[in-house]
Parts: sequence; structure tokens; C-alpha cells
Amino acid sequence: MIEFKNIRKSFDEKVVLDDVSHVMETGKCNLIIGTSGSGKTVLQKCLVGLFEPDSGEILYDGISFTEMDDDGRKALRQQIGMLFQGSALFDSMTVEQNVMFPLDMFAKMNSSEKLKRVNEVLDRVNLEGANKKFPAEISGGMKKRVGIARAIVLNPKYLFCDEPNSGLDPQTSMVIDKLILEITKEFNMTTVINTHDMNSVMEIGENILYMFEGHKEWTGNNEEIIFSKNEKLNQFIFASKFLQDAKDMRMLEAKGIIADDRNMEDMLNNGEEIK
Amino acid sequence: MTFFTHFGRYLLMLKGMFTRPENLKMYWKEFMHQCNDIGIGSLGIVSIISVFIGAVSAVQTSYQLVSPLIAPETIAQIVRDTVILEFAPTLVCIVLAGVIGSKIASELGNMRVSEQIDALEIMGINTKAYLILPKITAALLTIPLLVIISMVLGIWGGRLAGAASGILSADTFDRGLLLKFIPYNVTFALIKSYTFAFIISSIPAYYGYYVKGGALEIGRSSTKSVVVSCIMLLFADYVLTQMLLTH
Ligand SMILES: Nc1ncnc2c1ncn2[C@@H]1O[C@H](COP(=O)(O)OP(=O)(O)OP(=O)(O)O)[C@@H](O)[C@H]1O
Ligand SMILES: [Mg+2]
Repeated sequence: MIEFKNIRKSFDEKVVLDDVSHVMETGKCNLIIGTSGSGKTVLQKCLVGLFEPDSGEILYDGISFTEMDDDGRKALRQQIGMLFQGSALFDSMTVEQNVMFPLDMFAKMNSSEKLKRVNEVLDRVNLEGANKKFPAEISGGMKKRVGIARAIVLNPKYLFCDEPNSGLDPQTSMVIDKLILEITKEFNMTTVINTHDMNSVMEIGENILYMFEGHKEWTGNNEEIIFSKNEKLNQFIFASKFLQDAKDMRMLEAKGIIADDRNMEDMLNNGEEIK
Repeated sequence: MTFFTHFGRYLLMLKGMFTRPENLKMYWKEFMHQCNDIGIGSLGIVSIISVFIGAVSAVQTSYQLVSPLIAPETIAQIVRDTVILEFAPTLVCIVLAGVIGSKIASELGNMRVSEQIDALEIMGINTKAYLILPKITAALLTIPLLVIISMVLGIWGGRLAGAASGILSADTFDRGLLLKFIPYNVTFALIKSYTFAFIISSIPAYYGYYVKGGALEIGRSSTKSVVVSCIMLLFADYVLTQMLLTH
């Protein structure tokens, strides 16, 4: 569990995070959503200490990260995996060496065990066979997946992903979302994901924090989000006419206003869910 | 930023390099990698420069010493001393400041800008220790070696040019080399090269490590780091010569 209270951060006069508090729960995919520039990346970097917040407190399973010294942070960070928005692969190393790097540094394994583990995680992100390529030789989406593989190779307790599926096609994107959800459950991790992809939100959003211009605007889960009355949130989710129409339909159906034979069954199903 | 904030941050960076390594084997590997990059990588350019410097100084010395009262051996002596005292350590290190300095600054700058340094930091690695320390120690090991090679090649270049242009025969040159040889000069040159090695590796590392912005800033700070290291190098050269060579 990662709890943060009253985080403030500004870059010379410009307030980027304004009094943000929230709890990221263990064993769940915690999503930070919001429009571009709303402060998602800055918030995530504050949580892991790449930016020092101006004020506020961060607790990792009850232990204050804010007051931790360098050695304490170093020790904690060995349990953190992070995917950066720009992937941040080491470009002097091959895909395999990139994923192997945390193992080389911290794992007490022999080289065949390490290689086995690397191939295992590369498999999980659908990247088998790209081992010997350099980051400059693979596509943006592949880089993302290598970044994820590198972040999870040590089975971290806390996983941070900054836009894990931007730049991926819907299908791969789905695979990645599923993978993240799966390992979160499997290893009971605290996973924090920045995204503005509505598919991900609906698919894995168990605990959602909606950021608007640097402050917390709304929280809830993927079932509540569709029916939220929050206007700014609605503008964000239903940015497309298509989704708005779909929502209206669903609302009307739920209320039994349109009910022809064709969607009678749907209506019953949804009606139960919605109450 | 003022000179003092830069200097303070530079000292803090150097202090931050000294922590217990997370994994000694990986640090060793990185050190070897840097020795190869810095040492073997600049061997070619250093060799070429040294031979030509030696050759030119032989020809020039003979041009300046036209008196029949001076023995031709003196030319060898002068070539030997200028190469050992100044050309091999200082000139080679100025060239290396360009070659190695810009490489270190742009490598670290690129890692900073593309968040690779942050990625290492998040893994729980002390990036100052893992990225900067091996570069500085590799420079401290390989650059004095390069300077020694440069001394030998420089003198050899002088010998070749002397014989080829008929100024003095190789035998005379060899005799001259042994005249009034002061071993302390070599020690002095090595002291200089250790100092210069530290300057041309740590200053570019500082400029690269603290880059802010994008590709443009990487280029800018790498140029700046070369300029600053050259100035510091020449300044150190003067101070060391004043301290160690005046009786
Ligand atoms: N290092 C920095 N220095 C100054 N301002 C910054 C810095 N990093 C971010 N900002 C500012 O903070 C604000 C929030 O940026 P942030 O990167 O967190 O947005 P985001 O929500 O992650 O957007 P996106 O979805 O596009 O990634 C932006 O207005 C940006 O200009
Ligand atoms: Mg972002």
C-alpha cells in the first residue's frame, strides 16, 4: 500500500501538483488518469523520489518515504519496478542485456537461471526472439514491452507504469493490460499505472484517481466511473461522441425507456448491474 | 548559475561517488569497459599525434640552432626534454580532452535526457558511483599509460625525422638521448598526466550528468565541458610547473 498526503509540487511558480492525497492499494491496479499535462508523470515521479515534492508525505506500507535517508531509499527501490513514459532502455545494451541488467545487479543466480528468467518475462510480453536486437532497432511499442519486462523481472513489490500502452495497437495493449493485472494479483503487488486509455480504465481500473490540472478531481473504480455525475470527469471519458452515445443508450436501456425485443436481454443484464 | 554553485555541486558529485557498490562484479565490468573505451579507443590518435610532434620538434630545433659550436647531439636532447616535459603530457591531454571529454559528456547527457539515469536510480543503484567513478578511474589508469606511449613515440618520431632529413644520424640521436637525462622529468610528466586525467574525465562527467533539456543541450554542454576542461588543464599545467620545476 502506498499512501500519500497533501503532495504539492511546483516548478518555478507553476503549480503542477496541488494538495493531492490518495491511497494506492495492495493487490490492485491503481490508475492515475487525466488529460495530457495534468501532472500524472510528475505525481508518479514524486512517489518514487525522482522529484522531491515541496510538501506532503508519502508512506510505503506505513513507512515514511519522505523521511527516509539515501540508503533506506536505495533498499526500498530494489523492490520497485518502473516503466518510464519514454521506455528509458539502456541503448548501449541489447534487449536481453536490458532485461538481464537488474538480475545481474541484484539477483543471486547463475547465468543460465538468469537467461531462463529473462526469456520467461520476454515471453510474457510477447517478445520472444527479439533478444539480440538493440533498442534503436525495435519499434516504440516493442520498447515499451521491453521496459515492462525489465520492470517486472525481479518481481517487484511496487510496480509503476507510465502509460504502458500508449503507442501500442489495441490488441497488444489488451495483452499488456491483462499481463499487468495478472502479475499484480499473482504477486500481490501495489501497481500504479498512468494512462489516458479508456480501454485500460474499463479493463483494469480497480482504483482510479482522476487528476485535473494538478488536483484530485475524482476517485472510484471502473464500475462507478461511467455513472459518475462529475462534469469534468465526464468530459474526459466521453470525449468522443461515440462513447457518449453508447452511454446514453445504456442509461436509457437501464431505465427501460427503450426496450425492444432486440436488446431486452441486454437491458435485463445491465439493469441488474446498475440497480 | 555562478561559479561557486557549479563548483559546490561538482564537489558533491565527487563525494557522492563513494558508497558501497551494489555489486562489485558489475562495477568491475563497467570499469573494464571504460578502460577499453578511453584507453584503447584513443591509442590511434595519440600515436599519430606523438610521432608527428616529435618529428616536427626535431626539424624545428635544428632550424633554430644553426651555430656550428653546438653539437648535433643537443638536438636529440632538446627533443627528448620537450616531448617528455610538455608535448606528451599536455598536448596529448588537450587532444584527449576533446576526444574523451566530449564522449563522456554526451554519453552521460544522453542517459540523463532519455531518463536512463532515472531508470538506474529507481533500481536502487547509485548512479554517480556506477556511471562516473569507473570513467574517472579508467581515465586515471589509462591516460598516464597513453602519455608514456606518447613519450616513446614522440622521441622515435624525432629520431626518424632527424635521420630522414639528414639533420643528424640515428646514432648521434641515440647518443644525445642519454646526455644529461633527468629521470625526475618523467616523474613530473606522470604527476601532470594524473592531474590532467582527473580533470578531463571529471569535468565532462559533471556537465553530462547534470544536463537539463534535450539533444541540443547535450551538444552544448559537451562543447562547454571540453572548453572548461582545456582551460582548467592549462591552468593546472602552469601551477604544477611553477610548483615542481622551479628550484
Ligand atoms: N521537469 C519539469 N520542469 C518544469 N515543468 C515540468 C517538468 N516536468 C513536468 N512539468 C510540467 O508539469 C505539468 C505536468 O506534466 P506531466 O508530465 O506530469 O503531465 P502528464 O499528465 O504526465 O501528461 P501526459 O499525459 O502528456 O504524459 C506540465 O505542465 C509540464 O509542463
Ligand atoms: Mg506523462
